[in-house]
Parts: sequence; C-alpha cells; structure tokens
Amino acid sequence: MLRVHRPGLMTTVQDAGRVGAYHLGMPPSGAMDRFSFSVANLLVGNTDAHAALECTYLGPEIEFTEPAHIAVTGADMPLKINGEPVDGWTCHAVSPGEVVSFDFLKAGARAYLAVSGGIDVPPVLGSRSTYTLTGTGGLDGRALREGDELKTGAAATSAAAGASVPEELRTVHPSQVELRVVVGLASYRLVPESLAAFFTTDWRVTPDANRVGYRYRGGAIEFVDRTPPAGAGSDPANVVDIGYPVGSIQVPGGSEPIALLHDAVTAGGYATIATIISADLGRAGQSRTNDVTRFVEVTLEEALTARHELAARLTRVHEALGAG
Amino acid sequence: MAEHIVHAPFPGVFYRRPDPESPPFVNESDTVASGSVVGLIEVMKMFQEIRSEADGTVTEFLVENEAAVDAGQPLMRLT
Repeated sequence: MLRVHRPGLMTTVQDAGRVGAYHLGMPPSGAMDRFSFSVANLLVGNTDAHAALECTYLGPEIEFTEPAHIAVTGADMPLKINGEPVDGWTCHAVSPGEVVSFDFLKAGARAYLAVSGGIDVPPVLGSRSTYTLTGTGGLDGRALREGDELKTGAAATSAAAGASVPEELRTVHPSQVELRVVVGLASYRLVPESLAAFFTTDWRVTPDANRVGYRYRGGAIEFVDRTPPAGAGSDPANVVDIGYPVGSIQVPGGSEPIALLHDAVTAGGYATIATIISADLGRAGQSRTNDVTRFVEVTLEEALTARHELAARLTRVHEALGAG
Repeated sequence: MAEHIVHAPFPGVFYRRPDPESPPFVNESDTVASGSVVGLIEVMKMFQEIRSEADGTVTEFLVENEAAVDAGQPLMRLT
C-alpha cells in the first residue's frame, strides 16, 4: 500500500487513457506525456495497462508499506528515497516504511512515478485514469490528498533494481519548445497573414495551463470578416459546432490561443486553427507556465512519421532494458 | 537568528495580496510565524497559498508582486 503523507500540487492516477468514448463526450484523460509514462512502467516490469502517478510541478511524499519497485521519469524532479537522492529513469527497490519524496522541479512539468503492479483503482470505461472535471476514474475521481491510501496490483517478477534508461533515450525539457502542428480544421477563418504570424510568434504559457488545456499569450489572431452562418455564434472565432481533435488549438476572442489537451471538451463552436501532432503532445504536457512555445507547421505525412519515430524510440527503450 | 529563504515550490505568478483591494500578506520588517501565509502563486487556474517554513522577520522581497516565478526560485528573505 502507498500512504500519501503529502499529495504534491496535483498528483493523479493516470494510465494510457480512456480511449473509445470520445463520441460520447468523454475525453481520453491518461498520461499527458505518454512516452515517459510507458518508460516508467517498463522500468518496474509493468505494461501500459498499469496506472502510475502523474505528479505535476510539485511532487508528493509517499510511504510504502510493502516492498515494491519504483521508477520516476518525465520531468526533472529529483527523486529521494528516505531523503537520499536517487537517479531518475532508473528502477529502485523500496522497503516497507521507506518514504519517497521529490526535490523542487528543475525542468519539465510532469513526473511519472510507476510502482510495480500498478496503482490499483477501479477501472471506469476500461481505464483507471483520473478525469477530475467529472470526478471519473482514479482515486474517487480526484487528485491525491494527504492521508490517502493507494493499493497496488500484483507485481510482475521482471523488475530489476538498477535497470536504467540510457541517457540518449531519456527526454529533456528545454524552457523553449517547438510543437509541430497540422493546420486545420477551421484555419480558413483566419486572414492568411495572421496564420503566418501564428508560426513566428513566441507564445508564452500562461498560468491557465493544466490537463484540460494550455492557454498562451504573445500575439493576436485576426479572423476573416463574415456574417455568421446559421448555428454559429457571433464571436469571429465561432463556427458551427465541430468535433475538437485532442491537441487542437482554438483562439476565442482572437488573442489567446488555447491548446485542448487530454481532459478537454470534445466538441464545440470555436474554430480550431491547427492541431498539435500526437508525437508532440508529451512535449506540450512537459512545457510549463512561463515557458515559450513556437508552433511549427508540418504535413499529415510528417506527423505520421513522427509518430512512428516515437514508437521506435520506445522500442529502443524496451530493447535497452532487455524487456523485448 | 539564521537566515531563511522562502522558495516558490512550483512555477506560476506570485502575488503578495489575497486580492487587489486587500493589503499584502506581509511587508518588509513584519514578523512571520512558521506556517503563516506569505503570498499566493497562481498556476493551473488555481491560487495556492505559499507558507513560511520558519519563524522570522521579513528582511527583503526577492521578486516583485505579480512576477512570473519558477519552481525553486527564492521569493523572500527572513532572519
């Protein structure tokens, strides 16, 4: 069992996501940085089917009451066991009574703490991921609190303390990030110069940045004049309702782009001008308030190539860890 | 008395007042007790209270009100 001494700022149970209910208005939730999540699980002998803890900005302090293997990946948030610093991206054995805690965040936004056997909470629609807006999944549908107790599932025997991800396969988190996007679905609503300027603007992540979406500041977006069609609202950014892809960017009011992420609304009436490619969603989720973001246009083909490259990188981690 | 630095535990925007109309939580030369609120940081659409982890007297603010702060950044000095 895991006893939560201190919850951190926003620590939630997340897995690979609640996929398949988007048409019902249910966003996928799940780890914001899927690569780091998968690697953390791999290090402790888990699979993507196991849930881990996503620790945002400020890590929790957790006591283990049973022996377990743990690993922390993702953000550079130095891990400590009983106050002693230990390496990230590495499998560690913890003994009953030992306390896991974190130092201040150094880079990135979200660390993933995987525990052998996974965090055992009841799956909802096939996933243990927490969707706090509706109180779905996770531990009672919310972030961890002081005094919470978490059970773990049956651990695989394959975890090996000391197993470590080679440096070149770990992710780093610069404070200036480039996020690749595919233009659309409603980019026709922008004047062409404004769409061009979107890609040359330094967009700063505002404090309004969480699992639902990231709001950016730094420029303005100009929409083409028009008479709203039947069904569309009067804001120039309005369109007749459309489905929002995960990672899509909308600009209500024309000044602050919002990237919709894993816990976002699934449809609505704002023009989405571009969509962050799936391979870069993890990078988006590791950017943090006050960081600078540039959006870079790519084709759908390039987006698919990037997705395959990320999958290949995960395969290399499998191989490096001898996990096949 | 030993010097103590209050750090920003996470990134965000630092506020010295609970709201624009209210006086600051603490001013220079004020005495603060361990556990008392000395500011707010806004992040993830939430305002989080920042508390001093030591007793002391505020000698210096190291960031301005409404400054963007990073995790671990020193906010104020106590002695």
